[in-house]
Amino acid sequence: MRFAQPRTTEEAAGLIAQEAGLTRILSGGTDVMVQLKSGLVEPDLIVDIKHIPGLRAITPEDGGFRIGAAVSGAELGEHEGVRALWPGVVEGVELIGSTQVQGRATMAGNLCNGSPAADAVPGLVAANAIARIMGPDGERDCPVAEIPVGPGKTTLAKAEFLTSIFLPARPDRSGDAYLRFIPRTEMDIAVAAAAVSLTLDAAGTVTAARVALGAVAPTIRLVPAAADAILGAKLDDAAIAALMEACSAACNPIDDKRGTIEFRTQVAGVLAKRAALIAYSRAGGTV
Amino acid sequence: MALDNTPKRVFKVVGTRPPRPDGIDKVTGRALYGADVSAPGMLTAHILRSPHAHAEIVSIDTSAAEALSGVKAVVTAKDFAPQDDDFLMDVLDNCMARDKVLYDGHAVVAVAATNSAIAKAALKLIKVTYKALPHVTDVDAAMTLDAPVVQEGRSLETVPEGMSQNVTSHCEFGHGDLDAGFQKADVVVERSFTTAATHQGYIEPHACLASMTADGKADLWCCTQGQYNVRDLCSAALGMEGSQLRVTASEIGGGFGGKTTVFIEPVALALSRKAGRPVKIVMSRDEVFRATGPTVSSSIDVKIGMTRDGRITAGEAHLRYSGGAFPCGTVDMGAQAAFAAYDLQAVRTLGYNALTNRPKEAAYRAPGAPQAIYAVESVVDELCQQLGLDPLEVRLKNAARKGTRSSYGPTFEDIGLVATLEAAKAHPHYSAPLAEGQGRGLSAGFWFNFGGNTCVTLNVNTDGTVGVTEGNPDIGGSRAAISQMAAEELGIPYDKIRTIIADTSALGHNDVTDGSRVTFSVGLATIKAAQDAIAKMCSRAAQIWGIDEEAVVWKDGAAEPAGPNAGKFPPMSLAEIAAVSFNTGGPIAGHHEFNADGAGVSFGVHLVDVEVDKETGATKVLRYTVFQDAGKAVHPSYVEGQMQGGAVQGIGWALNEEYIYGEDGRLQNPGFLDYRVPVASDLPPIETVILEIPNPGHPYGVRGVGETPIVPPLAALSNAVSRAIGTRMSSLPMSPPRILKALSKG
Repeated sequence: MRFAQPRTTEEAAGLIAQEAGLTRILSGGTDVMVQLKSGLVEPDLIVDIKHIPGLRAITPEDGGFRIGAAVSGAELGEHEGVRALWPGVVEGVELIGSTQVQGRATMAGNLCNGSPAADAVPGLVAANAIARIMGPDGERDCPVAEIPVGPGKTTLAKAEFLTSIFLPARPDRSGDAYLRFIPRTEMDIAVAAAAVSLTLDAAGTVTAARVALGAVAPTIRLVPAAADAILGAKLDDAAIAALMEACSAACNPIDDKRGTIEFRTQVAGVLAKRAALIAYSRAGGTV
Repeated sequence: MALDNTPKRVFKVVGTRPPRPDGIDKVTGRALYGADVSAPGMLTAHILRSPHAHAEIVSIDTSAAEALSGVKAVVTAKDFAPQDDDFLMDVLDNCMARDKVLYDGHAVVAVAATNSAIAKAALKLIKVTYKALPHVTDVDAAMTLDAPVVQEGRSLETVPEGMSQNVTSHCEFGHGDLDAGFQKADVVVERSFTTAATHQGYIEPHACLASMTADGKADLWCCTQGQYNVRDLCSAALGMEGSQLRVTASEIGGGFGGKTTVFIEPVALALSRKAGRPVKIVMSRDEVFRATGPTVSSSIDVKIGMTRDGRITAGEAHLRYSGGAFPCGTVDMGAQAAFAAYDLQAVRTLGYNALTNRPKEAAYRAPGAPQAIYAVESVVDELCQQLGLDPLEVRLKNAARKGTRSSYGPTFEDIGLVATLEAAKAHPHYSAPLAEGQGRGLSAGFWFNFGGNTCVTLNVNTDGTVGVTEGNPDIGGSRAAISQMAAEELGIPYDKIRTIIADTSALGHNDVTDGSRVTFSVGLATIKAAQDAIAKMCSRAAQIWGIDEEAVVWKDGAAEPAGPNAGKFPPMSLAEIAAVSFNTGGPIAGHHEFNADGAGVSFGVHLVDVEVDKETGATKVLRYTVFQDAGKAVHPSYVEGQMQGGAVQGIGWALNEEYIYGEDGRLQNPGFLDYRVPVASDLPPIETVILEIPNPGHPYGVRGVGETPIVPPLAALSNAVSRAIGTRMSSLPMSPPRILKALSKG
């Protein structure tokens, strides 16, 4: 097993492209190191990207923020600007692991790990965040929602890796929120999760919304029908009921040691309701 | 409440809270645990384990592994001595499968190599041919006549004819006329319960270092609750004489009963014997879950009759436990403990153990009692609800007390159940208001406690300090408690005493640290060893003073003449006598060995408030109070720690912990991510109330306290959740999916 610590994204892309064997990208390492230790993977090459200049920076851009792929959860959580603009995204990232894990774990790594239960991802999908991807042919941008394709699988090509995630600007009177269900209070993995991002008009009517669910399908799922359920409404009971129903209908979960199909389907709707109410309140609305 | 016949003793050291002797080492990382011992030339071993729940081992080809550079030894079941004794054979078969693998994770081959990577690579080169067999992991399924038979010919004569071969034992306890009792009842509730197997969940995985020399002498360092037991089991497995194997217990990172047997120790010895070099084995967490512990899984039916005013007229329980793939007697203890808290005219419990394709059960804190008492206390609570009675008053009305013929036979001596119930009733927790969606649960609990074989030496050093040498690993603060009792008896300060845990060559046999026995038995042996040393010191003083030994008494840490007629001499302190001991006959040591009796049963009562999120099924524990009779709390902080720790493990068992098996019979959750012990933020502060009803069997009144506190939480939580959601729960754990499902059924 070889270990490389490139200083530019081009160098990293070149190393990965030239490697004939199995490669793993190391940033925070909170997934890769665990996989190595448990013998789940035996890579030939590990490419540590966190020393590439810029990859640990949070940079304002067009009213939003560009988050470097190696920014840790703790660093993101301490950034007042991102917290204020996308609190739901930040709260999702901050739920990953423990305080110690937060010092290493990254939002980009959480996305690339491809888990349907990834806590950072529903918030990013609801935010319509855009991932910047480096590869042998240079950089490209791709909506976060289009990256996961199944448990442990992404649309990234073999030699591609994330360099940053862009969280866009948003209108006034906008809010987002993320909630997950775990049987404990921390140190656990989502059994069902929901993120809601919405924008209100002056009267408190929802004018834009995106709803994403986690851990209830092979991928994090954007649910347009759930967004439609609250568009034009003030989160009255009927809108909430429609939201819950749309979320439960969008679930395609599995029965496993963490939860049943029935449980996940029911709780996804409950979480979407609660997240929507929090997002609504953050946007300045009062139900 | 004082003893009837002795004035209440005024203690100087017992009952205080000195700093724990192992504290600094543990918080600074200096403490040496099982994996911390190394030796020059040491090899590292790994174990190949069965991927099948049940399969015949057709062949094992280790030639490629043996040929790998760096591999120094490979062992299989063939490398161990066959045993005449069934118990020993089972222990050994569990360490290394013989003809069949009996559960997912069962050890098959072990490899020692110059490093871990080579040993792991060698495991991949081993070819084991299995013939898969049908498996069964559920206790009720295992008892059906068409169930796959896990092991043939293991049923004891006690098993009624016509049952599945998986049923290995049957027991029955009780007295009185059940039918007449149920006829007197105004209400009879009959209900069935299940509890999942749970793991002890100690932080420290099993680890050992074995070193055997060419002439057959061996040393073994390991984390264990009993080094003598390890010596006996390993020397039998290796065909060695006990004297040739010295076992040293490391500092221990939790045991809870799970480290009262062996798993890797005979394997490390066999590898060392073959390789001629020291061999270390450290289990991974995955191995700990798949191949050690856990407790029994159970299925229980309980029927109880009660009059309108809350008098229990009869109680009956049928208990079906599975201790995994080997015969297991834990159901006997469940059947004995089930109704122990009640004074009953008619009571009967029937127990069955059934084999399943699960790892061999290991003791877990009050083995067998939490499951049985969960079922009984749930039905008592349901009767209280149906009759509109206060659950504490009903328990007081039916409580066992001194003179009660217990449901398992013996008549109780001084016991603390009534005092414990009264303390709970008087506590502000019991009368605190509850909000909508909240529920309060109550349960009593019981454990027998144990005495057992014990051997202690107390050495008086010439500088006036004292060393106590005892043979029981300290899993709950026993070194501090033993030093305190030695200080109390000798009349010297606590900090003049150091208690150490000796290896197997230093003392006679000591039973394992189990049955909440150590503070009681080792404490009692220490007191007697101190008395032995005191007699010798009095004799030395008599010699110096030129008076009769009988004319010297020991008071406040010094010898003094018994009275004016004995002679006029100033007292001689322990330090003064010790300083001149070389001139008065040589070193001074006290000693005591015995098979301790009179452990004294212990009762506890737990109160818990919960709030259930009815949309997600999540339970939040809001408030928790433990009341327990400690006899005499030698070091109250440690006693409180036991009470809190038992409550926490019980909360985990009640809410989320469970062994989950797939259709393929493989364990689905061998790790702490999906085997959910509570984390700190899941828990409220756990308040403790120590009652002290002295045990007549101990001069200070001490009772064991370590096991009783895991008994009540299961029913306390279940009763609280059932009251909060308005539906009776009857299956553990009460995980959110189960609660939500119960709610949807209404």
